[in-house]
Formats: sequence, structure tokens, C-alpha cells
Amino acid sequence: MEKLKYALYTGCTARESTPELLSSTLAVAEKLGIELELLNEASCCGASHLQDFDDHLSLVLNTRNICYAEQREVPMVTLCNTCQLNTNMTKERIDHDEELREKVNADLKEVGLEYKGVSDVKHFLYAILDDYGLENLAKQITKPLKNFNVAPFYGCHNIRPSELHQNDESPYAPDSLDRLIEICGGKSVEYDEKNSCCGFHADLQAPETAHKLSGNALVGAMDADADFMVTPCPLCHLNLDVKQGEIGHTMGREIEMPVLHMPQIVGLALGIEPEKLGLNHHVVKAVYFE
Amino acid sequence: MVVKFKVFRFNGDTDVLPYYKEYKLEVSKEDVVLDVLNRIKWEFSGSLSYRRSCRHGICGSCAVKVNNKGVLACKERIYDLIDVFGKEMTIDPLSKERAVKDLIIDKKDFWDKYDEVQPYLEAEVEEYPTKENIVSQKEAGQLLDADYCIQCGACYYSCPSVEVNSDYLGPAALAKAYRFNSDVRDDAKLERLETVNEIGSGIWDCVKCFECAEVCPKEVNPIEKITKLHLQTFEEGVADNNVATRHAVGFKHSIQKHGLLDEGGLVLYSEGPLGMAKHIPAAIGMLKNGKIPMPWQLPKSEKLDEIKKLVKISSTAKF
Ligand code: SF4
Ligand code: SF4
Ligand code: FES
Repeated sequence: MEKLKYALYTGCTARESTPELLSSTLAVAEKLGIELELLNEASCCGASHLQDFDDHLSLVLNTRNICYAEQREVPMVTLCNTCQLNTNMTKERIDHDEELREKVNADLKEVGLEYKGVSDVKHFLYAILDDYGLENLAKQITKPLKNFNVAPFYGCHNIRPSELHQNDESPYAPDSLDRLIEICGGKSVEYDEKNSCCGFHADLQAPETAHKLSGNALVGAMDADADFMVTPCPLCHLNLDVKQGEIGHTMGREIEMPVLHMPQIVGLALGIEPEKLGLNHHVVKAVYFE
Repeated sequence: MVVKFKVFRFNGDTDVLPYYKEYKLEVSKEDVVLDVLNRIKWEFSGSLSYRRSCRHGICGSCAVKVNNKGVLACKERIYDLIDVFGKEMTIDPLSKERAVKDLIIDKKDFWDKYDEVQPYLEAEVEEYPTKENIVSQKEAGQLLDADYCIQCGACYYSCPSVEVNSDYLGPAALAKAYRFNSDVRDDAKLERLETVNEIGSGIWDCVKCFECAEVCPKEVNPIEKITKLHLQTFEEGVADNNVATRHAVGFKHSIQKHGLLDEGGLVLYSEGPLGMAKHIPAAIGMLKNGKIPMPWQLPKSEKLDEIKKLVKISSTAKF
């Protein structure tokens, strides 16, 4: 197999509040022989919030990020559903609107950059699934997650709106994470909330909304007998893990549900040390792996 | 092909609880959900109740949920649903809580919210006009097809924010507000912005799940319109100074300073010092587990000067 190479857009969260996402991603990539070059020049994607305030600025900044992947002549991978959506939404818009692209490029020219449209943008989950391939991954598994019930939590921005994703996932019956869990040796459990929203993006102004939405998902996973949840999105992770105590209050249920990042379950199944995968950084500890 | 349909049955006048009834039907490539409902009614159970009128995706009366996917019964092909869900399907009303009889729901909450956004053109119209009031193609294009909405309610009853917050106006009403706010003939833009701006019920309570964009059978893309309304509140200078607006604006400040977000700084800027108290429990957990970098460890983008320059020349909004 030819060596896979990507430019890694970490986003902000993986460098701050979920450092374990970055360390587990790098560990998994190293183990699988996937080359990831960090896009250290990149800025924040705006997370859909800058987009509410200044559309043009968010377009320019996101396009600039893509330019740096283009300079390295490789596709960009993202680690966060929201980064993925906002970056790809930018790309779709400028790819299909020449006037807009010229406007954005005019600003980028001031700093010596030009968007050409030659690098794809995909989430690391789909780089593993579609580029590396599940069959190839299966051959590397040394410590299957045997006897674990795992609840996949997809996160909105990898599956909706489906027209902005090239991952063949149906937002009403997504299955990529389920397949990944099974390849890693776990049992993926069915529950109604696996494709629902964690409420992160209204968390500050509408905490109750966010708590109830995250709570429904956590309780759904609990009632489906999950040992832990897994998500490809660090923002979902923040809500589900860090806020679990408050969420339990809102829901009137005692909730104790470890939530793992997608690369962490792959790493565990590949036999990487839990410490190296940053499991110690979680608020709700996945004690089985200590 | 034979498909098993589980259909939600409930008679509000006589039943204490709803129940499901199963019907097995041979379906063909041409069949839409409404054909199935009709055949169940005609061949198995004459009392099955559901709304339909135009059979052409225009009246908006026939929306139901199949395996939790909102669909227009007269438009959605069974074969497309089989592709996603296989050969067993559950047909539910748009909202089980609001079921009156079988698949018929009481849409009062939907219409009440719709009414709140002045869903009509507000304009001084001359009583005896002497010339046509012409809207150019470009101006009509600004509506971004928001006028295609048929009020079917599929988005509203699939919106997670509506589900947990009964005050939220929801995607259909907000898309309607945009529809008239983007109409060059309309005079009530500011009033509508005041309405949709309110925390608790308006645009800031959307959780950005994009389900409304996914589900809409007319491709209205309500979340796109909600984003436009956010932008309009800043453009028109009517954005309140509150936690949600500061959160949006705070991204720009943070990017300008660090390239990346200063997550803690963003929350502080958004909430103000007094608003920080409620974040203390979460912050303690984060601090203990190495999730809050110290100020001197805050990550910064390389080529920060370049980012600063772009923020300067590409900014278009004020607050
Ligand atoms: S994007 Fe917003 S309005 Fe649309 S369904 Fe989600 S929460 Fe509701
Ligand atoms: S926006 Fe679309 S889904 Fe929502 S009511 Fe209108 S037509 Fe139906
Ligand atoms: S019957 Fe009119 S939209 Fe379906």
C-alpha cells in the first residue's frame, strides 16, 4: 500500500481542552504508518459562530487554512466534526461560485496566497475508513475490545447536511462508527440518539437545551447497556464528558459514562498504551483500560 | 418486494395509550409512502387516519416520519427508504406527543410560532398604483428559495431544539422571517429582527444540527436562513449585547490575537466575570485533568502576522 500522507488540521480543541485527541491521533497514525504533517499556520475555523458574525472573514480564514494543505500537495484531514463542516462548506461555496472565489483570493493575495482547489478535506475517521481501509486495519488489531458494548455517537457535522459530505453516510442510519467499533473487536450497541445532537453550539446561551440533548444521548447509551461511548467530535466529547455531572442533575439520573475519542478506541485495539492515548485526561475515566 | 410496516395507531377520544399495528405489503418501484397508507386504509383498516390533499408535494399536509426521518408521504419513494432502512419500517406521526388520531397531529404550536414572525409582506401599497412594482431577478434571488416552504412541519417536528425547548420558534418560522426580511418590498425587517433576536426563543437557540436542512422536502435549508438572520442582526446594528452575540464576536478577537481560540478567554469574554460562576464545576474537572492550558502555554498559530493582516483587511462586520 502506498504511504498515506495528509496535512493535519488540528482545530483548537485538540490543542487545548482535549489534548488527548491530538496525542491519540498522532499515536494511531504512527502505528498505521500514516504521515500527518501538522498545519501549524492554520487558524480557528470559526466553529459556525464567527460565521454568524462575519461571513466574509470566516471564508477568507478557512480558505487560507486549505491553502496551506495545498502548498504541501496533500489532502487535509480534520479531527473535529465542526472544523470539517466549516472547512468543507467554505470549499464547496468557493468551488461553485467563481465571483466569491475571486473575492476571497483577492484578499489572500495580500499575504501571498492563492486558493486553487486541489486539496480534499476529510475527517480522520473517513481517512481511516475509506483510504486506509477497514480490512487493512483489521490485520493490525492486536488487542481487540472484546466483551465491550460500545455506543457510537456520530455528531451532527460529520453527517449533516449530507450533501456536504462525501462519506456515503445516511444521516438517518449512519454506520461508519459502528463498523469501526466492530473491526476493533467491540460490539456496537443500537440506541435512538446515536445520530442526534449534543447541543454544544448553544451551550452558553441555552445550557438547559444543551444539557437535555447531551443527557438524552448519555441516558440512551446507558439504557442500551453501553460500557462507553465513542465519538469522532471533540466538541461532542466536551459536552458529554466534562459536563456529565451537571447533565445528570438536569436529567435526574446518575450518569457515569466514559466517552472515548474515535482514535482512542483504534489505538487501544492496536495495542497502544492507554497513557499514550491520553485516557488519563478524561473527566469520567474509562477505568477498564487503566 | 414485501415490506413490513409498523404503523402508529391512536385515537385520542378512546385510547389511553398509542400502539403499533403491523401490515405486510407488496410494494413496487413507483410506490410512495402515501400509496402504502392508502392501501392500508382501503385494504386493511378503514379507520386509519392521515392527512393528504394535493398528492403533489404542494399542500404540505401529508408529512409523517418513517424510521424517524421526516418525509412528505406523497413524495417519498418506498424504494429509496428501503435503501436506507431495509424492509422493515415504522411510520409515525410527525410528533407522537401531539397525535390526535393515528398520523394526524395538532399543529397549533407550529402555527402559533409561524404567526409570531409576521409571515406576510409589510408594505405601504398605493391604493391605485399606476405602475407595476417590479422585483428584479437578482433581488428575487436573495430569497434563496425561502419562499418554497409549504409549511409541512417536517423540519419543526424534527428539530432537537424545539423538542427540549418549547419556546424556540423553530426552523420553519425563522426561515419565513428571512423570506420576508430578504424581500426588497418589505418594511418590517427591523421588527422581525427584534422578534427573532430574543434569547430563549430566537435564532440564538438553534443548536446548529442541520437536521432542518437535511429533512426539508422543498430544499428550503432553514439553517442557512437562520445564519443569514444572525448576520442581519449585526448588519442592521440591532444585535443585543449578550452572551450569545459576544460569543460570536469573541471568535474574531481570539483569532486576531492567537490565530487559534483562547477557549477560556472566549468564555470569559462571552459570559462576563459574573457569568463565570456557573462554569466553575466543569472548569475544576477540566483543570484537574489537564484540559486547561496555563496562559503561558496557550497555543498560537504560526504566521500570526498574516492572520492579523487578513482579519484587518477581510473584516466586514461591526459590533
Ligand atoms: S439546525 Fe437549528 S433550527 Fe435546524 S433543526 Fe437544528 S436546531 Fe433546529
Ligand atoms: S422549511 Fe421545508 S420542512 Fe420546514 S415546513 Fe417548510 S417545507 Fe416543510
Ligand atoms: S399531499 Fe400535499 S404535500 Fe403531500
